[in-house]
Amino acid sequence: MLDILKDLIFSSGAVSLTGGNIVMWLVAFVLFYLAIKKQYEPLLLLPIAFGILVVNLPLTFLMQPEHGLIWFFYHYGIQFDIIPPLIFLGLGAMIDFGPLIANPKTLLLGAGAQAGLYVTFFAAILFGFDLQEAGSIAIIGGADGPTTIYLTSKLAPHLLGATAVSAYAYMALVPIIQPPMMKLLTTEKERKIVMTKLRPVSRLQKVCFPIVTAMTIMLVVPPAAPLISMLMLGNLFKESGVVERLTNASANELMNIVTIFLGLSIGATMTASTFLNPKVLFIFFLGLFAFVVSTAAGLLMAKLMNLFLRDKINPLIGAAGVSAVPMAARCVHKVGSEANRRNYLLMYAMGPNVAGVIGTVVAAAILLKNLG
Amino acid sequence: MAELIAPIAGNVWKILVAEGDKVELDDEMIILEALKMETPIYCDEGGTVTAIKVKEGDAVNEGDVLAVID
Repeated sequence: MLDILKDLIFSSGAVSLTGGNIVMWLVAFVLFYLAIKKQYEPLLLLPIAFGILVVNLPLTFLMQPEHGLIWFFYHYGIQFDIIPPLIFLGLGAMIDFGPLIANPKTLLLGAGAQAGLYVTFFAAILFGFDLQEAGSIAIIGGADGPTTIYLTSKLAPHLLGATAVSAYAYMALVPIIQPPMMKLLTTEKERKIVMTKLRPVSRLQKVCFPIVTAMTIMLVVPPAAPLISMLMLGNLFKESGVVERLTNASANELMNIVTIFLGLSIGATMTASTFLNPKVLFIFFLGLFAFVVSTAAGLLMAKLMNLFLRDKINPLIGAAGVSAVPMAARCVHKVGSEANRRNYLLMYAMGPNVAGVIGTVVAAAILLKNLG
Repeated sequence: MAELIAPIAGNVWKILVAEGDKVELDDEMIILEALKMETPIYCDEGGTVTAIKVKEGDAVNEGDVLAVID
């Protein structure tokens, strides 16, 4: 009897607990709070937090290679690069590229805002990260979760938890991080600029856009193919108007299903031994730096364009060049309407915002090609 | 007579005035919802609301007439 009791105690997880596990529980509880109470990206943070919690319960072996349940999700979903492209399929089925087609100049803003990535890449190397790690950290500046996960899982999988969480955290914190930058780098007068009406975009243009873009980008930067092909396929579903069922499946059911496995797997990579490491703090810091520089670069790019344009653009829309769709566009709209309540920048900001998604994918492909 | 035009495409979230109401410049008249964000539409010219052309929940396009003010 005593032996059975002893056996039960020693085979329980509780005796194998480490201090690190308990710290990770606290991280999970903070994320639960942010997801449930503050509703910061709850669709992702909630499964991530739960993944962190369960993987830090000893002897469950949920992440043990070839055995653990969540390891299979992680291995087949993320290591096999299945999930991030499927998320992009869903994004494509939701995104309206109309504002970008109507105002192709805003493509420059989406490209300009990637400057933060390159600056951060070199900054990370100075901090002692190797090239692959630096690339994975720099991509956080694009504020694009799936792209960050895709690139990190290829270049530096041991950093996956940290880069993914910081990318999603900064996407959720757009309304806090961006407005001070926007106000610092633009004048009241510039923020008041009301933009000229967008030209209407025909259905033919909207249908051709994903096909032409997919061909162009894949011919120029082939490593972008997995993400861009899925993004543009989703968009073609949507704009063709003839496969509503596939559009809805991509944007809703499939997206929701893969989101569960994505969040849980990402959370489960965050064991005490990989996450409680001073490097992780640097990753959060450098990620924020990347995001701030990208925002600034977008704003300055817009101001630069205004030197040459007859119809001035409101430089605030440059800040939407980071690819947090649609948080960054909403934020631009809000700051613009504070300066001039009759300024409705939302759709103008969606142009650089969706261009930012494409820009971040291309930047990731270039990093992958050179570092992978 | 002035028309209140939707400056942005979206759904009508709330209508804050009724036909016959007196409105002044800069009064909030209608709140549109686009990309899960509420956008108030302000009165451009004071007067009396003679017609409201939309109801809550309607989808509107940029340039649609939302209300008429006399």
